[in-house]
Amino acid sequence: MAAEQKRVAMTGNEAVAHGMRQIDPDVVAAYPITPQTDIVQYFSSFVSNGQVKTEFVTVESEHSAMSATLGASMAGARAMTATSSQGLALMWEILHIASSYRAPIVMPVVNRALSGPINIHCDHSDTMGSLTTGWIQIYAESAQEAYDNLIQAVRIAEHPDVLLPVMVCQDGFITSHGIENLNLLPDEVVKEFVGEYKPKYALLDIENPITVGPLALQDYYTEVKVQQAEAMKNAKQVILDVAEEYAKISGRKYGLFEAYKLDDAERAIVVLSSTAGTAKAVVDNLRAKGEKVGLLKPRVLRPFPAKELVDALSSVQAVAVMDRAETFSTAGGQLFVELRSAFYESEKRPLMKNYIFGLGGRDTTTREISRVFEDLAAALKKGRVEELITHLDVRE
Amino acid sequence: MTNLKGYKEIPIGGIIPKAGNSEEYRTGDWRSFKPIWNEEGCVHCLICWVFCPDTAIIVEDGKVKGINYDHCKGCGICARECPRKEKALYMVKEE
Repeated sequence: MAAEQKRVAMTGNEAVAHGMRQIDPDVVAAYPITPQTDIVQYFSSFVSNGQVKTEFVTVESEHSAMSATLGASMAGARAMTATSSQGLALMWEILHIASSYRAPIVMPVVNRALSGPINIHCDHSDTMGSLTTGWIQIYAESAQEAYDNLIQAVRIAEHPDVLLPVMVCQDGFITSHGIENLNLLPDEVVKEFVGEYKPKYALLDIENPITVGPLALQDYYTEVKVQQAEAMKNAKQVILDVAEEYAKISGRKYGLFEAYKLDDAERAIVVLSSTAGTAKAVVDNLRAKGEKVGLLKPRVLRPFPAKELVDALSSVQAVAVMDRAETFSTAGGQLFVELRSAFYESEKRPLMKNYIFGLGGRDTTTREISRVFEDLAAALKKGRVEELITHLDVRE
Repeated sequence: MTNLKGYKEIPIGGIIPKAGNSEEYRTGDWRSFKPIWNEEGCVHCLICWVFCPDTAIIVEDGKVKGINYDHCKGCGICARECPRKEKALYMVKEE
């Protein structure tokens, strides 16, 4: 039975900070200045107030934040940090090292545009660029989801079949600074759910000394990478299992994606995070007029649930994939190219079109999303997509 | 690379769950020049032992006994510092 929960009004950052308070990690190392989010600011007040037992390490850069977090994790601690945008970019080198060391670090990431031009608002250019770092990536539509994903991420990261770091992503400002009503689990329920971290190997375990980070050249580098890839494959089932267990304590169900009114949909939009909320409103409006439209919101991008997304879209005739990051491939955004590739083996392939939208925080409202559905209707009528990649709401 | 293990056999994350394992890494493979120790010319001053950065000079009971070629990288510091020079320690090109 789900635990009795407290209904609160919080920003996404505040909700995630409270999740971190309830997890009470052994170590949090964070860079305390911009581009840091107020997740760390809230968390530092929990440290000062004695509400957590965490060793809080303020460091001189995000590169050091990830380095210190990784060091703590290898020492055997449950270690966390948080970041956003340029901060994630500065962590780059250590992101790869953390995943190759199999450090189960959980890191909230507030998705914001990478400079330049200098910009602080939401898009996904930061985490889209880090898809190849070996981290699990989970995206949230709302503050509630960001909080729920964070708590589940601890169990996913530390699962013996996985042991990979996890980014828990939410949209900058839209979710991170917007106040929402959400349910917080009781502290003791979260504490019991995440349990105690018992590392298999730990540098501080002096009875069982280990070497961390040795050289592996032509002889073993490949084997270590294949282990990571295998762990990423395992993560898919673990994410589902943890979600099922989480549903029991919270009453909130999660999967690898959310399908919204997709069953009999002829046209569908695929979009991540907060924009999915806007798209749901458009779907509702169009459904009220009798139009068969739906939405698919991927929750997990790493591992990429290729088969599951294809199955979910199998009866749809036209799909618009909306990417909130420009990758400059000129062949489509990241989500688009991966999803389109996943359809290669399918006998039934819908018409697919890509939209790059919302860069640098440009508002994407029901009006723009309605236009996307109109475009899909036109493509269905013609039986083909005229323009494969469209930048939504751009001036010429 | 016939004795190498598969990805299912090795610990995850490249971790080596054993202390003091660097001894098993035969850095002697890197050598392009090899030190030759001549027992007759050696006065056992142990200056080579002091200077060797890889502790590859084998000493027993205060006397030089030979060179650990598994770990000698052939840097040549021993031969350079040896006060007896060619008589006790000299470098030859590795075959």
